[in-house]
Amino acid sequence: MSETTTQIPDEKARIGAPSIPGFTEEGENLSPLNDSATSPLAGDSAKSHSHGGGEGVTDSSRAGRLTSFNVEDFPKLTGREEDWRFTPLKRIGGLHTAELTGKAPKVELTGSDNVSLRTVAADDAIRGNAFTPDDRVSANSWKYSNGAQVLTIPANAEDVKSVLRITGESLDPAAQHLIIVAEENSEAMVVIDHVGSAVLAQNIEFDVRQGARLRVVSLQAWESDAIHASSQQASVAKDATFKHIVVTFGGDLVRVNPSARFAGEHAEIELYGLYFADAAQHLEHRLFVDHAVPNCKSNVLYKGALQGKNAHTVWVGDVLIRKAAVGTDSYEANRNLVLTDGTRADSVPNLEIETGLIDGAGHASTTGRFDDEHLFYLMARGIDEKTARRLVVRGFLNEIVQQIGDEQLQERLTDTIEEELATTTL
Amino acid sequence: MSTLEIKDLHVSIDTEQGEKEILKGVSLTINTNETHAIMGPNGSGKSTLASTIAGHPRYKVTSGSITLDGVDVLEMSVDERAKAGLFLAMQYPVEVPGVTMTNFLRTAKTAIDGEAPKLRTWTKDVKEAMAKLKIDADFAGRNVNEGFSGGEKKRVEILQMELFKPKFAILDETDSGLDVDALKTVSEGVNRAQDDNQMGTLLITHYTRILRYIKPDHVHVFVDGRIAEQGGPELADRLEDEGYDRFLNVKA
Repeated sequence: MSETTTQIPDEKARIGAPSIPGFTEEGENLSPLNDSATSPLAGDSAKSHSHGGGEGVTDSSRAGRLTSFNVEDFPKLTGREEDWRFTPLKRIGGLHTAELTGKAPKVELTGSDNVSLRTVAADDAIRGNAFTPDDRVSANSWKYSNGAQVLTIPANAEDVKSVLRITGESLDPAAQHLIIVAEENSEAMVVIDHVGSAVLAQNIEFDVRQGARLRVVSLQAWESDAIHASSQQASVAKDATFKHIVVTFGGDLVRVNPSARFAGEHAEIELYGLYFADAAQHLEHRLFVDHAVPNCKSNVLYKGALQGKNAHTVWVGDVLIRKAAVGTDSYEANRNLVLTDGTRADSVPNLEIETGLIDGAGHASTTGRFDDEHLFYLMARGIDEKTARRLVVRGFLNEIVQQIGDEQLQERLTDTIEEELATTTL
Repeated sequence: MSTLEIKDLHVSIDTEQGEKEILKGVSLTINTNETHAIMGPNGSGKSTLASTIAGHPRYKVTSGSITLDGVDVLEMSVDERAKAGLFLAMQYPVEVPGVTMTNFLRTAKTAIDGEAPKLRTWTKDVKEAMAKLKIDADFAGRNVNEGFSGGEKKRVEILQMELFKPKFAILDETDSGLDVDALKTVSEGVNRAQDDNQMGTLLITHYTRILRYIKPDHVHVFVDGRIAEQGGPELADRLEDEGYDRFLNVKA
């Protein structure tokens, strides 16, 4: 760590945090970093300090992360980059290098009829309104996306429920771009349901306009051979709320990067996630909440269960509270439940705070096995061990399922969890 | 009538310093319809006895026996003991996130009885039992013990005891941390279970306070992993006046 870092990489670092310059427990010392007067995006922090993540990593502040529409701007990946260090590059089907000319998954819309789905050309001005690629795979997808599909929820629409079923039909590396526009004061739930087989680099942008309330469920229910890298970016305007729930069960390698940026005051962002990794699955979620304006609120909770040999999950949560974002209230947490031996859960909460004038900012991460006291309590009430373990896992994951707010979908997920548990030799 | 019989029970736990013997030969016989109070200073092994009967994995029985109507309890798994009619009201009930009380109670009742309770009467039974214990109806929809106060957790333990109808209940310091009103409510619950189901009770407590509301037939004083003295209810009165010093001095 260099002298000027404001990062608190994990809970341990925080406990008794002896010397984090520019930051006290009360957060009263304003950080000199990322001064918007000198540099709006890549602040001094981008060059001046390094993360504990490895040699040669210089852009540890999330504010300094390279963003570009041009894939050539991103250096070729080595796997040592901060944002790729957990991802097995040899398993991502060439999404970072290949020409993504395979057949993109089919997109079908069902549900409410007051929404519209249209296809626009790759050079349409709407593309990129709420999106800028922030890694090489996403930029590669941008390059090869053959236009985009745009779902528009009209202004003032109420109680919209739409399902975009994304069906993968080919294992040739492909690109896809989806755009969801929630117009002013609309209220909608959109389920993006990924099924089938695909090798897919996908960009999804959510343009959440003033006063809109958009709830998105991105469900990765792929077949076991699927490879999916999805960059999902939201721009959330004044007084809008954006609730994003990621549910990942299927696929061989799935990497979902939700990022949400406040574009106006008094907006609210909630990012939830639920994942269940089986043997040999790599499920990665990297999220970013960008508090760039004052008086906004964000909450992040991801929960995961792991079972089977070489089941690997990665969760990285970047929350950045910029200097301008006074009055911010923010919390992020990741909780993992390890069900068997041989699994690996990486969990890295990163909280960067550049102003002391906030209402709250916190982070937490836990990864643990079954609590024997839970088991004892339930078994002492006559419940057999297997049932007791299932009750605990179901209960653990249920907290996220309850956030979905759609009975049919909740039932489907509960069934999926049951199926996953049935394969466990708990 | 059923009988729970504990004979010359020795129990150890693993500590960083090696194995440590907590119970050093405890013998005790309880019949249904009887109330036995087990009293004693902190660290005397009272709670160890409770957890050992319930089968907590931390406690290792090195010798002796526990039988229920002649059947070896130590051979049974934790859930089998509950099904056989033993109930432990825990000193520190754990929170189980994401599992609602309703779901938990029904799952446990089904496991204990070997069949699902009839939905309509069960719902009514639960509601009535909750009302009697002054537990707010909205607790049914909340997760097991999550966010409950200490007193609420204890009431919920007694609620389970009333609904599951065990042959024997072991109350592990159920009275600790309760105010007078809660203590009365909880005691009424225990007395009801005794009247309705002829339940036998092993009441573990540090204080004599609860014995004003639940009348013991027998009192056993635990000191350093053994029963140091036993007698009728009058022994509790003596402890109230004299405390445990007398026993601790003897030990020294």
